Amino acid sequence: MNQDNDKIRNSAETDEAALINEVTEGDYKYGFVTDIDTEIIPVGLNEDVVRLISKKKGEPEWMLDFRLKAFRYWQTLTPPKWAHLNMPDIDFQAISYYAAPVKKEGPKSLDEVDPELIKTFDKLGIPLQEQKQLTGMAVDAVMDSVSVKTTHKEALAEKGIIFCSISEAVRDYPDLVKKYLGSVVSYKDNFYAALNSAVFSDGSFVYIPKGVRCPMELSTYFRINASGTGQFERTLIVADDDSYVSYLEGCTAPMRDENQLHAAIVEIVVEDRAEVKYSTVQNWYAGDKDGRGGIYNLVTKRGLCRGDYSKLSWTQVETGSAITWKYPSCVLAGRGATGEFYSVAVTRNHQQADTGTKMIHLAPDTRSTIVSKGISAGFSENSYRGLVKITPAADGARNYTQCDSLLLGSNCGAHTFPYVDVMNPTAVVEHEATTSKISEDQIFYCNQRGISTEEAVGLIVNGYAKEVMNKLPMEFAVEAQRLLAITLEGSVG
Amino acid sequence: MNDLDQYIDLFSANRSTVEEHSPAALNALRDHALATLQQLGRLPEKGDEGYEKTSVNDMFAPDYGVNINRMPLPVDVAASFRCGVPNLSTLLGVVVNDRFVPTATLKGNLPEGVTVCSFSEAAEKMPDILQRYYGKVMNTPNAHCALNTLLAQDGVLIHLAEGVRLDKAIQIVDIFKSSFPLMAVRRMLVVAEAGAKVAVLKCDHTQAGSEKCLASEVVEIHVGRNAEVEWYDIEESDASTSRMHNLCVCQQEGSQFTACASTLTNGTTRNEFDVKIEGDHTHTRLSGMAIGSDTQHIDNASNLRHLACHGHSDQLFKYVLDDNATAAFGGSIEVAHGARFVEAFQTNRNILASRGARMHTKPQLLIYNDDVKCSHGATTGQLDAKALFYMQTRGIPAAEARRMLMQAFMVDVVDTIALEPLRDRLRHLVDRRFAGERAGCRECGSDCR
Amino acid sequence: MSDEILLKVTDLRAKVEDKEILKGINLTVRPGEVHAIMGPNGSGKSTLSSVLAGNPAFTVTGGSVDFHGIDLLSLSPEDRSHEGLFLSFQYPVEIPGVSMVNFMRAAVNAKREYFHEAPLSAGDFLKLMRQKRAIVELDNKLASRSVNEGFSGGEKKRNEIFQMAVLEPRLSILDETDSGLDIDALRVVAGGVNQLKTSRNATIVITHYQRLLDYIKPDFVHVLYKGRIVRTGGPELALELEEKGYDWIKEENL
Repeated sequence: MNQDNDKIRNSAETDEAALINEVTEGDYKYGFVTDIDTEIIPVGLNEDVVRLISKKKGEPEWMLDFRLKAFRYWQTLTPPKWAHLNMPDIDFQAISYYAAPVKKEGPKSLDEVDPELIKTFDKLGIPLQEQKQLTGMAVDAVMDSVSVKTTHKEALAEKGIIFCSISEAVRDYPDLVKKYLGSVVSYKDNFYAALNSAVFSDGSFVYIPKGVRCPMELSTYFRINASGTGQFERTLIVADDDSYVSYLEGCTAPMRDENQLHAAIVEIVVEDRAEVKYSTVQNWYAGDKDGRGGIYNLVTKRGLCRGDYSKLSWTQVETGSAITWKYPSCVLAGRGATGEFYSVAVTRNHQQADTGTKMIHLAPDTRSTIVSKGISAGFSENSYRGLVKITPAADGARNYTQCDSLLLGSNCGAHTFPYVDVMNPTAVVEHEATTSKISEDQIFYCNQRGISTEEAVGLIVNGYAKEVMNKLPMEFAVEAQRLLAITLEGSVG
Repeated sequence: MNDLDQYIDLFSANRSTVEEHSPAALNALRDHALATLQQLGRLPEKGDEGYEKTSVNDMFAPDYGVNINRMPLPVDVAASFRCGVPNLSTLLGVVVNDRFVPTATLKGNLPEGVTVCSFSEAAEKMPDILQRYYGKVMNTPNAHCALNTLLAQDGVLIHLAEGVRLDKAIQIVDIFKSSFPLMAVRRMLVVAEAGAKVAVLKCDHTQAGSEKCLASEVVEIHVGRNAEVEWYDIEESDASTSRMHNLCVCQQEGSQFTACASTLTNGTTRNEFDVKIEGDHTHTRLSGMAIGSDTQHIDNASNLRHLACHGHSDQLFKYVLDDNATAAFGGSIEVAHGARFVEAFQTNRNILASRGARMHTKPQLLIYNDDVKCSHGATTGQLDAKALFYMQTRGIPAAEARRMLMQAFMVDVVDTIALEPLRDRLRHLVDRRFAGERAGCRECGSDCR
Repeated sequence: MSDEILLKVTDLRAKVEDKEILKGINLTVRPGEVHAIMGPNGSGKSTLSSVLAGNPAFTVTGGSVDFHGIDLLSLSPEDRSHEGLFLSFQYPVEIPGVSMVNFMRAAVNAKREYFHEAPLSAGDFLKLMRQKRAIVELDNKLASRSVNEGFSGGEKKRNEIFQMAVLEPRLSILDETDSGLDIDALRVVAGGVNQLKTSRNATIVITHYQRLLDYIKPDFVHVLYKGRIVRTGGPELALELEEKGYDWIKEENL
């Protein structure tokens, strides 16, 4: 009898080991390279390079000045070390700061876009031909340093919505760009923000005019293709009074042995009673199972809820990148403004993630909610780091934070670093965090009902992440669930 | 300019004097302490990781006198002191500034196998014990621990031989009395050998009329196999007093450790609790309370490291802050790789009672193992408005209702104290503190503030 | 019954946040009377009790309340209590860490102080507690526990009536005291209320169902709907409501 029990336990342990193995070794299906002519400038960074990037993009003088100021400031900085990450020093002189698919005079219609590129994005599930697209979603496709194609522009323009690459915006809407660029994330914000401000290549610009509800999801798809380069995109979203927009961001990169740098900035301005939903499914190449290669994803994302009763909601599903360092934040400056952060971060193999959010309450009656779900497997390190700050002016402010960590296997790490600063006696701030492994009782319960351990793990993990997944827009939620399934392949039925 | 240098200079200039007054075991660690300090180069400043709201450097910056020459002290203080926790224990020792004075009853009442004496006495009576344990529990590199080790000339040793279980608590009262700005280098070593049991109560006071003073305190506690140690620490000093305190504990297999630290009145206090769990099947309970008003500043930082299996730990820290009081809580739970079946919980609850009060909380979990149950919760808010209204409808005036709720808020911290007389006494001190009376011991003849 | 007026509510209006809930309540209660206030959910019954007790979550926007010659609305909640107003909460509040004994002693002595009487000695106080506990068969063990913490639904309601017995109010408002009670607990609670009834005090029973009124006989029944008393009658009105429900009231007041 005892022996039988041991056998069962042994086989269960073997199952679990096999399972964890599979979890640890799921394949990355976006790891291909597109063979197209790419113009890459030589590696290294100095003022001439900054000038060259600006020139290649045909930028006006004020834009160059912005870059140079940022560059000069960057030179005075050193990379931050406080995150719970083991990151080798990056040689910033060994990276090329500009790579672009060679093209003719900028694609006016899809016919002019290189067929290879269309194929690439098709393969990634992002059709650029409008007739093939999911209706209700407009896409800006960014390959390496430049925007390849923005769809549905005309339909949006009818409502006064601007959705274009940031390079076009600099050219066509200089006043808007001048007014908002750097207004939320200053080039002085941090090391990588300064670097991005100096060398950013492309990205998306969104402007939703007063009172307009954007009729479709706006989406930017980022793709790194060229090797030896970094990607430095910049996104700027402005939602004017009483407007609404839901914005999605996706990203992939080829499998390479080298580490590639992705240092983006996302700035969002939310005016009176406007609402912005920003969703990310981050699936950069994470490196192989021994931790070779993968993207360093070092991103500054911040929204300013400037208007009264404005609302900004960040939702992220983080499954990729060798290293993730990002803290999508909300500055709640308008009365009654609301900030939300919903995150699922999955790490496996040797991935490292240090991610979380900042909620800065500057005005009365501001509200924030943070829900963070970390899942670590293999030899990975998964950290939540967050700041909740209630300033003296934020009467009646409320924050609720919940961060849970789930550990799969005994070689990974799950960490929680919340910082809570309260300077107002009328505020209520609550933080809860738990760390645990998948409950054996739950698995046994599922087994008893005839569900295999593998399937049970899948069910439990999905249930665990559900609260966040539910916040994603429909089309994206399916994609994200699939991604979670692939990432935890073998464990999800 | 970091103010560590002045202390290194002071030591370098007076090294021979310092060493002349000190037992060999203390001198043996000075080179290492000096090297650590030189390597660190500075004392932690506000904004450093883990020191977000408290600058150790600022605490050490003023030009304090250090009693390098072991000047004799006013003995009358020790003689006239009466315990603020009456009927608790006759086993009382007093540390005036940094000099230990055992009372006659302490000397006469210690059972076999229990030693309470100064390091210098221990150096003669049980040099091997001092040699074996002094400076061994302390965590490194820690700038304050190293600085204290660099300058310490004496301290208090509490030793319980194997299997000795002491029912009465040992009370050590720290008093400041000085007519010039003074830094006291205080050191304590508590060793409970296998199967031993002891409870220690430490009270910090500052005598009225004393000048600005700084307590540099390092307490090392070794909890042997299956041993039990209870550690209670009550600070009732005053606005002119700064206290930098490191409690360093290591626990062996099957041991139990309970600590409760209460800051009732003070100037600036930073308490660091480092508990290292080295053996399996341990229990650890760490709790703390801080009641701040005026411009009190209280910073508690706990770091609990589970290095072994089947450890259970509970932490509970509560703060009530009024006026312009500022406070911080940093608590980290670490579960090392291979430390399986650990259950570790931490709770921090805070009430801000005024617009000027500030609370900074940073609970942390660092988990390197999947067979664990860990959680932390932190809240900062106000008294329950519903409870307040309910009490008012029963005729209890708002101010009194508020006071009762604040006292009630602290009840679960007080309840972690196993010693009944001390628990009652602390409850009484807390009630009085909230009633607006200075919590200082009226019963005590030493006229503390 | 007498000509003396204990409580006179005149055109009372109140709001919570920006929503007006009481839209002009008029009610007169004399010593010795039992009034039942009934009405569908959301009609403002609980708001009325909260406003009379002085809950700061509600703002009075108009009207007046005279309580035996005193302007009730000008008093703090605790002074209303001292003057003899008692509210039995629909959801008695749990207060962890505050023992029932300390809680009641603070309440009793605050009232004594209000009337310039010396605080009760510990012995007298405990005697009082014992005596009053018997009225609602409240377990002695509950006295050492924190206020309402871990009490069952029935225990909480009995605890409310126990406090009412100790404080000897002139006007008791029982807010949905029957909710969550089984029939035995209901009998005990109602029995307690009836024991405490005298010709000098009065009771307002707020309830959704007629059930409680089988045990506590009302002299008057008022129907509250959309923030107003839309109908007043004798005990027969409660029976009518029990039979017909509230829909006919709603229709009449469209």
